[in-house]
Amino acid sequence: SVNPDLASERQTASFSVEKLTALLDGGAEKTRIRRAVVEAIESDPVFSRENQYFQTQNERYEAAVRKAVHLQKKMHELGWTENGSESKYIYRALSGDVAFLLHRVFMRSISVLGSDKQIAKWIPLATQLQVIGSYAQTELGHGTYLQGLETTAVFDIATQEFILNTPKISAMKWWPGDLGRSATHTVAFAQLYIHGKCYGIHPFIVQIRSLQDHSLCPGITAGDIGPKMNFEHIDNGYLLLKNVRVPRENMLSKFCEVRPDGTYVRQGSQKINYFTMTTVRISLIADEVLTPLMKACTIAIRYSAVRRQSKLKPGEQEAKILDYQTQQEKLLPQLAAAYAFHFINDYLQELFDRGYREIKRKNFDMLPELHALSSGFKALVTHHSTAAVEICLRACGGHGYSLLSGLPSLYTKILASCIYEGENTILLLQTARFLIKCFTAASAGHPVPPSVTYLAAVKPGKCPAKSKLDFFSPDIYTEAYQHVAVRLISSTASKLQDLIQSGVKKYDAWNQCTVQLVQAAKAHCHYITVKNFAETVEKLETKAGIQKIMKHLCDLFALHGIFSNTGAFLHDGYISAAQMDMVTASYLDLLAVIRKDAVPLVDAFDFTDKSLNSALGSYDGQVYQRLYEWAQKSPTNEMSPAYEKYLKPLLHNTLSKL
Amino acid sequence: AAAMSMNADLRRERAAATFQPELLTHILDGGPERTRRRKEIEALVLNDPDFQHEDLNFLSRSQRYEQAIRKSSLMVMKLREYGIADPEEIYWFKSFVHRGRPEPLDLHLGMFLPTLLTQATPEQQDRFFMPAWNLEIIGTYAQTEMGHGTHLRGLETTATYDPSTQEFILNSPTVTSIKWWPGGLGKTSNHAIVLAQLYTQGQCKGLHAFIVPIRQLGTHEPLPGITVGDIGPKFGYDEMDNGYLKMDNYRIPRENMLMKYAQVEPDGTYVKPLSDKLTYGTMVFIRSLIVGDSARSLSRACTIAIRYSAVRHQSELKPGEPEPQILDYQTQQYKLFPLLATAYAFHFVGAYIKDTYHRISGDINEGDLSELPELHALTAGLKAFTSWTANAGIEECRMACGGHGYSRCSGIPDIYVTFTPSCTYEGENTVMMLQTARFLVKSYTQVSSGQQVTGMVSYLNDLSRQRIQPQHVAARTVTVRINDPSSLVEAYKARAARLVEAAAKNLQAELNHRKSKEDAWNRTSVDLVRASEAHCHYVVVKLFTAKLAEVSNAAVRAALTDLCLLYALFGISKNAGDFLQAGILTSAQITQVNQHVKELLAVIRPNAVALVDSFDFHDVHLGSVLGRYDGNVYENMFEWAKKSPLNKTQVHESFHKHLKPMQAKL
Repeated sequence: SVNPDLASERQTASFSVEKLTALLDGGAEKTRIRRAVVEAIESDPVFSRENQYFQTQNERYEAAVRKAVHLQKKMHELGWTENGSESKYIYRALSGDVAFLLHRVFMRSISVLGSDKQIAKWIPLATQLQVIGSYAQTELGHGTYLQGLETTAVFDIATQEFILNTPKISAMKWWPGDLGRSATHTVAFAQLYIHGKCYGIHPFIVQIRSLQDHSLCPGITAGDIGPKMNFEHIDNGYLLLKNVRVPRENMLSKFCEVRPDGTYVRQGSQKINYFTMTTVRISLIADEVLTPLMKACTIAIRYSAVRRQSKLKPGEQEAKILDYQTQQEKLLPQLAAAYAFHFINDYLQELFDRGYREIKRKNFDMLPELHALSSGFKALVTHHSTAAVEICLRACGGHGYSLLSGLPSLYTKILASCIYEGENTILLLQTARFLIKCFTAASAGHPVPPSVTYLAAVKPGKCPAKSKLDFFSPDIYTEAYQHVAVRLISSTASKLQDLIQSGVKKYDAWNQCTVQLVQAAKAHCHYITVKNFAETVEKLETKAGIQKIMKHLCDLFALHGIFSNTGAFLHDGYISAAQMDMVTASYLDLLAVIRKDAVPLVDAFDFTDKSLNSALGSYDGQVYQRLYEWAQKSPTNEMSPAYEKYLKPLLHNTLSKL
Repeated sequence: AAAMSMNADLRRERAAATFQPELLTHILDGGPERTRRRKEIEALVLNDPDFQHEDLNFLSRSQRYEQAIRKSSLMVMKLREYGIADPEEIYWFKSFVHRGRPEPLDLHLGMFLPTLLTQATPEQQDRFFMPAWNLEIIGTYAQTEMGHGTHLRGLETTATYDPSTQEFILNSPTVTSIKWWPGGLGKTSNHAIVLAQLYTQGQCKGLHAFIVPIRQLGTHEPLPGITVGDIGPKFGYDEMDNGYLKMDNYRIPRENMLMKYAQVEPDGTYVKPLSDKLTYGTMVFIRSLIVGDSARSLSRACTIAIRYSAVRHQSELKPGEPEPQILDYQTQQYKLFPLLATAYAFHFVGAYIKDTYHRISGDINEGDLSELPELHALTAGLKAFTSWTANAGIEECRMACGGHGYSRCSGIPDIYVTFTPSCTYEGENTVMMLQTARFLVKSYTQVSSGQQVTGMVSYLNDLSRQRIQPQHVAARTVTVRINDPSSLVEAYKARAARLVEAAAKNLQAELNHRKSKEDAWNRTSVDLVRASEAHCHYVVVKLFTAKLAEVSNAAVRAALTDLCLLYALFGISKNAGDFLQAGILTSAQITQVNQHVKELLAVIRPNAVALVDSFDFHDVHLGSVLGRYDGNVYENMFEWAKKSPLNKTQVHESFHKHLKPMQAKL
């Protein structure tokens, strides 16, 4: 039965939860398909995550391989295909707890970078899992900075082979998933040398394990890189290559080819390849960032409606912790951020679909903007969401610290997203470079891409708000965000200019401004997120209470951003000290309003209990009972050898002689 | 691995430092003699073959528990063998044995024994203390329940006195009343001090402590009426058997209630204790330990991140030149150096609280409790302020190490998961901040009614003089000199005064047009937390600044002054809105502050490695491949990875179990 404290929260929802779920899914039909996929996966015991928190790294890995193999069979049985409408929900339904994720990247890289002939050879093998692939780019010594990679591939005309080597310890491939134990092949990135000349980084298909007995191939040293904060189920690996020879045909050659005589030929435009890297940054937002963020909000908010602590009014029963202003101030902004990022993700997806259509027509005009947006938003969304999940974790007090709450594993997983696919600081600096360029162009009257046209229309002025209610006007706060973004970008641009004019070398000037540049890039992305949220709300249907509650969340997201960064808005007096008090008052008022719908708002994310895998966050709110039952299943509650070996002698006791 | 020479980058860094790290180490330890003794104990432990074991990262939870128990029992024996009895020396010894981690006897040594000493009658001490000292009795301290933590009055366990048998009947009447979390309770302890609501003669007398046997001496089986076990896996604390305890009509003799203060007489008559303020002392002491722990944990993370950033080279700053150390990037300095400054600031705050506690604990024993309320209020806030900041700082250090920070070999994941519960235990941080706020509001009210207040809140006295003019307390012009730490202390003081006043006024406004006091308090609590934070921030800046004057060596003082300035200015930069809104600083000054922060980064850069070397963490204690003193990072990452459990066999068993059969079928 549902805990009455949660049931009462649901009775008073101001909007239709089912309609909001459909909105998040992109239509009721999609909700239906998603639920069918989830049901099919969760009803199959092979995919169970029930004992996950008790398992060792070895057990987790084995389970992930078992699931991957079983999934193959299951998809075949159910008639799900890689491109079918179901496929995008499978990963979410599995909570990512499955092996061979890098195998997909292996396949994608061959599809994008390989010639037609290479695709025809490798893709069928990989689809059938006759070969298992990995993607070996990162090295011990280099990550985001690709030009620094040190693995070499030297072309040997005599045998028509490339000879791959790991010349030093820092050149060892390090981190690639599926590489440590599973992969038979990998796409390895290496500096290509022909006749002693270096042609830069290129991809090569390298076999690393025997297809018969899985033993390592000659010249290969590979293994698991050891325990990490999370991803226990993935065998992130290392790879050392010693005079490993691969045939000339194994260099992926859609864009670059080495002819038999050693001639290097570049063909076609590699821009489409950059576009692929850019899309990966966007595609990870939904599965790797939004899902854990929404799960964490669900767990923390439901638990806060169940947990009662201390009294708000003498003589009454203890209050739900969700009724404490400080708890609302921790959790509700994170909930608002989850919605804000959901909508910015929709915006980016749409933009990228459009970009892809243009690129297919050989129009590459949108690329710089797409690149800047994907970098900046990857950084902004992963950074904020990681912080948000950690806040949810700590907002659950001691019980949040138990693995059984589900929160520690959500946190340790999401935080990796701040690093992979481009370290966030570096990505923000790439966005900043684009912004500075656009600002300079706009100042000179040149046209700029749509997302930055606001840089051309800089209008000085002050925030016109007269009362605290004015701060519930999207125009008022959107303009404040725009103002701050423009101010930070323009002041950094002129600082750079000044430094260069005073004789500082360009690269030095850039390094001296990087802290400001990062802030400017963040301000830009934050502004776009607020603006997009406000515009999205505008377009929503007014019935079923959806628009109203989304408007509240949009206001909260925007005002929280001002409240937690007041200095930026006060700096040039755009918002006055008196207005800032109004912002604070409006912001705190909103918390109490959204509080009433907090549980329905997380219910709308529509996670099953199995998917949450949390003793604190289940739909029925039977928190304490579940915590107690789950704890008893812990292997530590079997008699420990430590008693016989150490405790017994201690207690009986040889010590009293001392 | 073969002996390797020191990484060239680190050697250069160390040669370029402007001061001698040992001198700074002495300051942190409290004098050269303390440093000598600490290193002596460190060597005693680290050279002892009994305390060696496999890298804990590769062990399962059960194995970690086993190792910890093994080491703890040896530790107790050896401490006595070496005659180490000074609390701080015991702390060092334990910290080296367990490498800064918790261990299953923590609560026995840290809570069970001390509670017996302070709350047991002489007769009770005779019965329990020596057996506990000799570890025939291993005890824990069972306070927290599944349903209640910081809010102690809400605890539900009952102890009902039965005069007919002269026993207490202990019960866990609800699921939420099950004792949950106490360390060492799950598997290790055979006794627990249980906190329960005392009922006698039909009346509830509030929380009292009882000595409860939970496992059979000899067999270690749970006693009838007792359900006890481990609460399962956690984020960290793998070696600790945090436990649960459920009691069903479980009877203990009357003499098992700790009766030095409150008493239940044989007929059930209840005798009240004299003062409840006495427990403040223990809380102050434990919270001062957490402040010190915030400093140490953040120092460890900084050591790792800064050394690694001096070893790692990436990308290019100048076209055509070799890849620079990542420590040369402004963004990297901006992430790490303010945290380094914070670690130093918190060291000095921790030392201050400990000293103050020791200074006034003599008074406390003589019944003079006058200084306790302020110290209690201050330490609550500082516990929260420092643990929140360190918690976030450790994560920033890890992020600053990029992908490799995410590997367990970096050591930072472990520092984080071990440290992060201190935001919750010994008082949840938000609740702590509100306790400090209650004291601040009270002081503000006193000042408003014309009384003077003393101590750290004395800046509020200025309010009464201000009241003559109708303006904000902080709206007076403070001439802030951004190069002068003591001038920055004034700026922080003005900010704290402004936020305390704003919160107090908002609270008053709520009280004027509404309802219950509690409701008004709740509706102001975000403001109140901000006021407490500003107060704590001021105290930290003040104490750090005061410390500078005590440093005699000019080179060390110069290095610390840079850090102190960075700490103060960075805090202004991050909270610029508060200073602008109150009119303490102008926009132009904020711009100068931001600029000066960046200049200080460059000033501190040459001393960065020496400043973390001064923390003087032994490699074994640091437990990090990235943070090794010799800087030979990559070679040792490879050596470490080879020991991973997944590498035990060349072909993993799942190949035979899953992959091969599948491939055969296709």
